[in-house]
Amino acid sequence: MTVQTENKSVKNILEQMLNALSVFFIWLFDLIFGTLQKWIGLNRMAYVFVLPNLLIFGIFILFPMLLNFVYAFTGGTEFFPGQRPWVGTTNFETLLTCESFLDPNTCREDIFWRALFNTAGYVVFQVALMVLVSLVTAVVLNGKIKARGFFRSVFFYPVLLSPIVVALIWKWILQENGLFNGIIIALGGDKVPFLVDAQWARFWVIIISVWAFMGFYTLILLAGLQAIPADLYEAASIDGASGWNAFTRITLPLLMPSMVVVLVLSGIRAVQIFDVVFAFTGGGPGTATLYLVQYIYSKGFSSPSKQFGLAAAASLLMAGVLIILTLIQQFIRREEE
Amino acid sequence: MSKILGFLTRTRGTSKLHITDMLTYTYLSLGVIVMFGPVLWLVLSSFKTSAEVVKFPPRLLPYKQETVEVEGFEEPLPLYIATLEDGTQMTLAQKRRVGLERQLIDPSNPEETIKVRLENTVPVESVSFNLDNYVEGVQSFNFARYLWNSVIVTLFATILTLLTNSMAAFALSKYQFRGRTTIFLVMISTLMVPLSVVLVPVFLVITKVGWNNNLLGIIIPGAATPTGMFLLRQYMLTIPDELLDAARIDGASEWRIYSQIILPLSRPALAVLTIFSVMWRWNDFLWPLIVLSRSEMFTLQVGLNSFQGELNVQWHLILAMTVLTLLPITVVFAFLQKNITTGIATTGMK
Repeated sequence: MTVQTENKSVKNILEQMLNALSVFFIWLFDLIFGTLQKWIGLNRMAYVFVLPNLLIFGIFILFPMLLNFVYAFTGGTEFFPGQRPWVGTTNFETLLTCESFLDPNTCREDIFWRALFNTAGYVVFQVALMVLVSLVTAVVLNGKIKARGFFRSVFFYPVLLSPIVVALIWKWILQENGLFNGIIIALGGDKVPFLVDAQWARFWVIIISVWAFMGFYTLILLAGLQAIPADLYEAASIDGASGWNAFTRITLPLLMPSMVVVLVLSGIRAVQIFDVVFAFTGGGPGTATLYLVQYIYSKGFSSPSKQFGLAAAASLLMAGVLIILTLIQQFIRREEE
Repeated sequence: MSKILGFLTRTRGTSKLHITDMLTYTYLSLGVIVMFGPVLWLVLSSFKTSAEVVKFPPRLLPYKQETVEVEGFEEPLPLYIATLEDGTQMTLAQKRRVGLERQLIDPSNPEETIKVRLENTVPVESVSFNLDNYVEGVQSFNFARYLWNSVIVTLFATILTLLTNSMAAFALSKYQFRGRTTIFLVMISTLMVPLSVVLVPVFLVITKVGWNNNLLGIIIPGAATPTGMFLLRQYMLTIPDELLDAARIDGASEWRIYSQIILPLSRPALAVLTIFSVMWRWNDFLWPLIVLSRSEMFTLQVGLNSFQGELNVQWHLILAMTVLTLLPITVVFAFLQKNITTGIATTGMK
């Protein structure tokens, strides 16, 4: 009994202290900002509010972006820009010199081109599958079903898992003596080298990415579906339209804005694929699942001779691709309006 | 029973099971298996003994061989069901194994040794969730340390993100000042250029500031997310300016307006940004991988990745540590799943 009351009083004291603390901080900030306001005037307070964000943004995002150009146009293995010799466009030339642009083997920096081709293939198939699976799931979840919230959460759950965890879960399932090969053997088949065969590894990287992130895009599409007024469907059914007709004539056109969001967001994310694959295949077998960001990472950070210039030049090319993707989205959006 | 059957076959008013209902629920059940199955398989596997983990083909549940204490032996002896030459079956304990034979004894009569060939014995096993992998794993995988680092990074980065982003969003949505459009446009134009593109130069900045191997080097750079700022600004634009003017007439300072009018009214948007920030920071990998090289500063994700690199074949330990890593976020999700999914669906990414 006494223990309980003691606990309660301790809790009370703690609560009071917390309250006093928060009141104190509000008062303190009020005092500081109030004095500041009297000093510089009401309208300049905007600069005070925008300053912290702007400082961090300027130092850690904007300035590095500009610095990236310095790295891209200088050579050598020195890390500090002051010690790096100016080489002009040599880094870009190294990256872009090919006898035939369709065959990475003829390129000077053949690994870059392999990474580029791998990334392009990955982006196309992953985005297509992602949009398809999210769309089907969103349509199913939008139907008259029980426990919609539960099923929505089921599909969303993997989104929260970290890429490393996702990679390890699937590596465990797909390894030589894993669950899938166990099932295949039980069904009378032969073991499949899922992680050793280049095509299989590429296939599974796509499947895993879709598995891990489809829940997010499903939510966006589901929100889009729920925004479509129900009386449109009623009117269509009165006019004798079939379910499929209603889907292609009403649902799809009205869902287009959400689809574009999904397309662009998943596209941008796909171009940047790194961590899942890094833990899953490490880019292998060979260079089968080596993608652009891993190329940049390995050039700048993990290879014995650190070629920061090549890494920076490659990342500028990648930024160019991303900007083009964004512009396409803007263009489509404007067309629609 | 009939009630359950009734529930399972209940449809849209008609008594016949509609084909679309069947397709829908088939798809959804398949979804549950595909989405949860891999995680469940991981969790089940993590309770298997190190011998069981490498066994092929794998079994669904973790088993453990039963043992028995026999007088005269220090260690408990493993139990087998042995088929004797005359065809009778007996449960016997193994004293030792010699070549293709097991030397077995009857626990109630330890004096007499029976020799049985390997193929005539089957181990006595029962389902058992053993925690050895977890106990052994945390000895080499510094889980508590990594967890602490991850929590610190996630917590402070999220607080900082919310604070700086909301302040900037307030300024950009509620004030007219010189440079406003420029600041906004510059920030928005970097929306699509991720941190991974400026890897080398940001690393230089971090090195110059002296934040290598420092959690600050992970917390600060990502705090000024253009995404978060944009999301909050769009939301704050819907708050009527009259509220602010009324407060100013009452003598409220700008800080008071921000902290006691704008912030409470922006709660839905702040909640979504909190969810995003926690997700980004908790799962962040590439950035910590570059900034942190001393293992005592590792976050969970970097720690787990280097752990799997060190112990490439010791799957039983990797499995247990992977489960530990996914546990915190799973618990949070279990409690907040409804808020998270509705929050993202209604406010996020529009």
